[in-house]
Amino acid sequence: MPDKTMTADEAVSRLRDGMTVGIGGWGSRRKPMALVRALLRSGVTGLTVVSYGGPDVGMLAAAGRIRRLVAPFATLDSIPLEPHFRAARERGELDLTEVDEAMFLWGLRAAANRLPFLPVRAGLGSDVMRINPGLRTVTSPYDDGETFVAMPALRLDAALVHVNRADRRGNGQYLGPDPYFDDLFCEAADTAYVSCERIVDTAELAKGGPPQSLLVKRHRVTGVIEAPGGAHFTSCAPDYGRDEEFQRTYATTPWPEFAARYLGGDEQAYRAAVGRRP
Amino acid sequence: MTEVTRAEHCVIACAEEWRGDGEVLASPMGVIPSVGARLARLTFAPDLLLTDGEALLVTPDGTVEGWLPYRQHLTLVTGGRRHVMMGASQLDRHGNQNISCVGPWERPSRQLLGVRGAPVNTLNNPTSYWVPRHSRRVFVERVDLVCGVGNDRAAGARYHCLRRVVSDLGVFDFGTPDRTMRLVAVHPGVTVEQVREATSFEPAVADEVAVTRAPTPAELRLIREVLDPGNARAREVAG
Repeated sequence: MPDKTMTADEAVSRLRDGMTVGIGGWGSRRKPMALVRALLRSGVTGLTVVSYGGPDVGMLAAAGRIRRLVAPFATLDSIPLEPHFRAARERGELDLTEVDEAMFLWGLRAAANRLPFLPVRAGLGSDVMRINPGLRTVTSPYDDGETFVAMPALRLDAALVHVNRADRRGNGQYLGPDPYFDDLFCEAADTAYVSCERIVDTAELAKGGPPQSLLVKRHRVTGVIEAPGGAHFTSCAPDYGRDEEFQRTYATTPWPEFAARYLGGDEQAYRAAVGRRP
Repeated sequence: MTEVTRAEHCVIACAEEWRGDGEVLASPMGVIPSVGARLARLTFAPDLLLTDGEALLVTPDGTVEGWLPYRQHLTLVTGGRRHVMMGASQLDRHGNQNISCVGPWERPSRQLLGVRGAPVNTLNNPTSYWVPRHSRRVFVERVDLVCGVGNDRAAGARYHCLRRVVSDLGVFDFGTPDRTMRLVAVHPGVTVEQVREATSFEPAVADEVAVTRAPTPAELRLIREVLDPGNARAREVAG
């Protein structure tokens, strides 16, 4: 039986400069932050990041690791504007492919289904077309003749996602109310690294939730990383909610100071600095 | 009961936007539209669907009646079974909306949220807007980036449907021949002149500008005692 467990540092050691990396979760919800922190510890840079953006985007942007961001937004949810993403944009440091939320989803679906594009009724008439001059349209071949955006596949070199439970083979389970698009990120990627709150025996998965909570399938998964608190400070329902106080610290502390205080060491050092028990 | 506040009139104006919508999802963004949507559901629009703001469909008392994660929510948008009331950092006379950035997109002076779902919303389901602080900074001649698609840019879009704009001063529809913003109601105590002064473009004005109705005693009780006992609405619109 293949055992895919590895550490977060081992996972990011397989990433290369300039790769396209999809990051699961949504806004400040169930972001694979332990993997993002490992990425920050590594030297990997020049990334194209594909994300429904939250602090993953903010941190990687602040650290100068993103060459291009593909996203419909970046937000911390309870703090509407992601401060570090915002600063990077206002300093002109970030190349951005800004697409609508549905276009982004259709792009992932196209990649997962090995299609070059999917037609989507979104973007036309908006400035999404102006700021993405490479976008093409497609005309329905049927009698309606309607025009759609041909959203290109968002094919990923690697996906990083965080779930509540996983087994050692890479079956991943979410126990919160929303799967977000984490399975789709894994399906759209050549390699996928799944961090989880707890690794359990396969038999434990079905006891923990209904079959439909078994979101991520092992055949799409390259590595499994046990990372308790691995979504901190974003939410990981029902294991924990967002750490609002720490999120405020993140949003209000100058980046070099924040990075020095919390991101200088490994994940254990991070937890100690945050004052969080594993 | 104490005097009806401006915020409470805004709740009524927002609630009215969902009147007659039937069995569709009311998607409010902002405190006052949220109170308005739930008020509509409890009173004159009993078939509306509501979300908890996350992944659940709920009744106004919070009883779960369905599951609506983001992926299904987006399907509901493209299926048209939703009437969204979005916010707007900028809005022009045609109903073009911007929530992405201020200044040139290439290097904005103020980066905001991003286009989010505004492009897909406006091409697929009825869309209204809520602006809690009516000002020239919001109601502009030209938006810096078109996120939500206005009437002048929606040629051939089968399901494009801008309904209304509600602000803390009044209510607009798009009832002119060229479907531009037209003032149809002001909230009590607001003059047409005041609206004009707070708007960068010259809005069309209906022949007879109505005054936003007051909540009924039953509606007022629901707002104050059931839906928003903490008076969050007053933090969004003062007075």
